[in-house]
Amino acid sequence: MALLEIENLHTYYGNIHALKGISLEVEKGEVVCLIGSNGAGKSTTLKTVSGLIRPRQGTIRFEGEEVIFLPAHEIARGGVVHVPEGRRCFAQLSVEENLELGAYSRNDKAAIREDLAHVYELFPRLKERRKQYSGTLSGGEQQMLAMGRGLMARPRVLLLDEPSMGLAPVLVDQIFEVIKTLHDEGTTILLVEQNAHMALQVADRGYVIQTGEIVLSDDAKALQHNEMIQRVYLGLA
Amino acid sequence: MRQRAQGKSPLRRAIDVGLIGSIPALLLALVGMVDAFSNRYLLEESVSTGQVMLAVVALIVGYLAARRISLPAQTVATKIGYGAVAGLMVGLVLALLLFIGEVVGINLRKVLVNASPALYEILAFNQAPAVGMLLLALMGTLLGALGGALFVMPARLRSAIITGITVIILLALLRDIVKLVFQQYEPTTALYRFLFTPNGGLTKIGLLLAFLLPAAADYVWSAGRPTLDRRYHALPDGTQKSVRWVGLAVAFILLLLFPTIFGRFPSEAMNNVILLGIMMGLGLNIVVGFAGMLDLGYVGFFAIGAYTMALLTSPQVGGGMNFWTALPFSLLASMIAGIILGIPVLKMRGDYLAIVTLGFGEIIRVLVLSDALRPWFYGAPGITGVPAPNVGGMLLNNPETLYYLLIAVMGLTLFISLRLRDSRLGRAWMAVREDEDVAEAMGINLVVTKLMAFATGATMAGLGGAIFAAKLGSIVPQTFNLLISVNALAVIIIGGMGSVPGVVVGALLLIGLPEVLREFAEYRLWVYGALLVAMMLFKPEGFWPDEGHRRELTEHDPEETPQAPGPADPPLPPGTVRDRAAVARADIRATHTEDEAGLDE
Ligand SMILES: Nc1ncnc2c1ncn2[C@@H]1O[C@H](COP(=O)(O)OP(=O)(O)OP(=O)(O)O)[C@@H](O)[C@H]1O
Ligand SMILES: [Mg+2]
Repeated sequence: MALLEIENLHTYYGNIHALKGISLEVEKGEVVCLIGSNGAGKSTTLKTVSGLIRPRQGTIRFEGEEVIFLPAHEIARGGVVHVPEGRRCFAQLSVEENLELGAYSRNDKAAIREDLAHVYELFPRLKERRKQYSGTLSGGEQQMLAMGRGLMARPRVLLLDEPSMGLAPVLVDQIFEVIKTLHDEGTTILLVEQNAHMALQVADRGYVIQTGEIVLSDDAKALQHNEMIQRVYLGLA
Repeated sequence: MRQRAQGKSPLRRAIDVGLIGSIPALLLALVGMVDAFSNRYLLEESVSTGQVMLAVVALIVGYLAARRISLPAQTVATKIGYGAVAGLMVGLVLALLLFIGEVVGINLRKVLVNASPALYEILAFNQAPAVGMLLLALMGTLLGALGGALFVMPARLRSAIITGITVIILLALLRDIVKLVFQQYEPTTALYRFLFTPNGGLTKIGLLLAFLLPAAADYVWSAGRPTLDRRYHALPDGTQKSVRWVGLAVAFILLLLFPTIFGRFPSEAMNNVILLGIMMGLGLNIVVGFAGMLDLGYVGFFAIGAYTMALLTSPQVGGGMNFWTALPFSLLASMIAGIILGIPVLKMRGDYLAIVTLGFGEIIRVLVLSDALRPWFYGAPGITGVPAPNVGGMLLNNPETLYYLLIAVMGLTLFISLRLRDSRLGRAWMAVREDEDVAEAMGINLVVTKLMAFATGATMAGLGGAIFAAKLGSIVPQTFNLLISVNALAVIIIGGMGSVPGVVVGALLLIGLPEVLREFAEYRLWVYGALLVAMMLFKPEGFWPDEGHRRELTEHDPEETPQAPGPADPPLPPGTVRDRAAVARADIRATHTEDEAGLDE
């Protein structure tokens, strides 16, 4: 039994049929990436899993239990942690307060302190800026903060939505470096990315989504060599 | 705009600054403020505070002209000259008003009610119009030059002079209260006689002293301050703490002695500041400042608290409880009302929430006013005979004793606000304020969190309302109008959204000033508007924004913010690090894009 099992998910925005029967699985300790072009439904998939939108049909099982009817905050407390697209830090709170809020649903003080130290270790930049209002951080720093905030919740599965969006190549490398570290530490990650090249390098497996449907799924290695992927997502002729 | 201005000659720019500056001067004159303040004199019976207002405008215009136009290399005389030119323009515009009204004889009163003969007399310094116009031009030039001189002089001297001027203006404005306070005791009565003329403002010596002493004190203080600061910080931590505690204790004792020192009228003013400003502000601050939900119907909870108190205690309507027995019911009623209002608006944000809550406040007022519900709420005449709060056997039925109840309750609400701000719930409120979706994804229960904010805010308003009813002894529906919500909202905006000390500052400014300056009361909304505009321009984060005092996860960090920025990226200049204004502005932009894109993303 996989840690996260999604079956035949249908999600609508009003009349817009955004997800047309998505099924995917994430095993414990795996990094799985979901790639697809703009508007394919990647963010919608993550939002549906974390409970921010309700699907009309389908099932989502986390550790074998149906979570589809739970409110978002309870899903989060269960360990499904969503780091949304576009960073969305709490602008008028300091870096440290943001991180603290990441651990909102926990009360194991000592462990929280350990995790904070760990996040600062992963992102030394955040430690330097810990008292700064997060609204005044650079885009890259905000992305680190958003990821750090997610990690503070001790995720059982981390949903990362385009962590490399809009970042300079150096920072993209850095972010993926962190994802690799997290993978080595055994964190389970469902990663949404446009940067298929990088994503497939860190991931174990991958799914390709097109207009709300999964069109392909395979080992990351295999996908890297798939002709269609190379043409459409990796920009190789 | 800058570039266009660059092409103009400095003289033209000084004239422009003067002309722009004459707009507030004209406005002050034409809305009637100058006339309203004409009975308070600054010096003997000659210079009125109405004229002083205009003088202050000319002074500021002179200062701004010198600051904006002069270049570092220019001579002192040139810089002062720019100020003089700008000041002259203010004088000339006012002279023009005098000319049109008095010499040409066009009756402006058809449109501008306050363009009265009385105003012209004040503008003309009680002289013939021609002489008056000359004097206006002259005074404008002098004051503008003085403003320019203020710019040129060293900062310490400038600060001293501004302090002196502020003190004499305040003394002149507050003469009645100063009189009341000083005449309570022998020695101070003598001092009052020495400082003030019997019917007018300050005596000549009084003016001189009232200017020189504070100015000198300011000068000495600003000289000694850095050394004092250094000494203070050199003290061991424990001693620093004791110094702070002693300071707090002294402030507390002064607060307790307030009614004894100042007497009845200032106590009453203070009571209103505490009740309508601080307590209402603190309560609304929880909903608006902490949790970010714009509630314009806050007066509704105030009314519910007041009516519950009145209905349960007034013998006239068959009540009969005393204040303390009825109080819990007031709190409970308003809290329940808070939750009942909260539930339907849970999904609303921003403008929609504001409109719905606005409606709620009005509904409460209309309900208690209605004839249909008269058997229960007694309609338009309201309810009288509400007993004053009692402590032991004593009734707190005068401002001096009520003051102590209010101070105690204020202390309680301040304490609760501060504790809530730093609590887990407080953090959840702020997260919801910043981004609801992310807050939810962090495990925050939106329903509970928002309802807690509504309920807490409503309970504080109910507490205020209950005391309000007991304080006045009677209540009428029309008291509970939108203005009470607006007052509370303006208090927290002026003070700084979400800032607890800001509420106190805002309340003193917005409720306190009109209380002690009766003339202001009429211009209350006008002053609100002016203050809000000034604040948005100069201090968009409020007069006392919420900074520091933040609880931290790691209490003591040995490497306290090491100055070791990454090599790729230079450290931000000091100003930007905590530039809330920038954050606020960025935030406004962010909200707009969010609105355009719908609820998600
Ligand atoms: N709040 C919304 N209201 C209406 N339609 C929406 C909303 N959010 C997304 N959609 C639509 O749903 C579809 C899927 O959007 P989604 O955000 O999941 O795309 P995505 O794969 O994350 O794209 P991108 O890579 O650009 O972020 C799109 O067609 C989009 O227009
Ligand atoms: Mg997306």
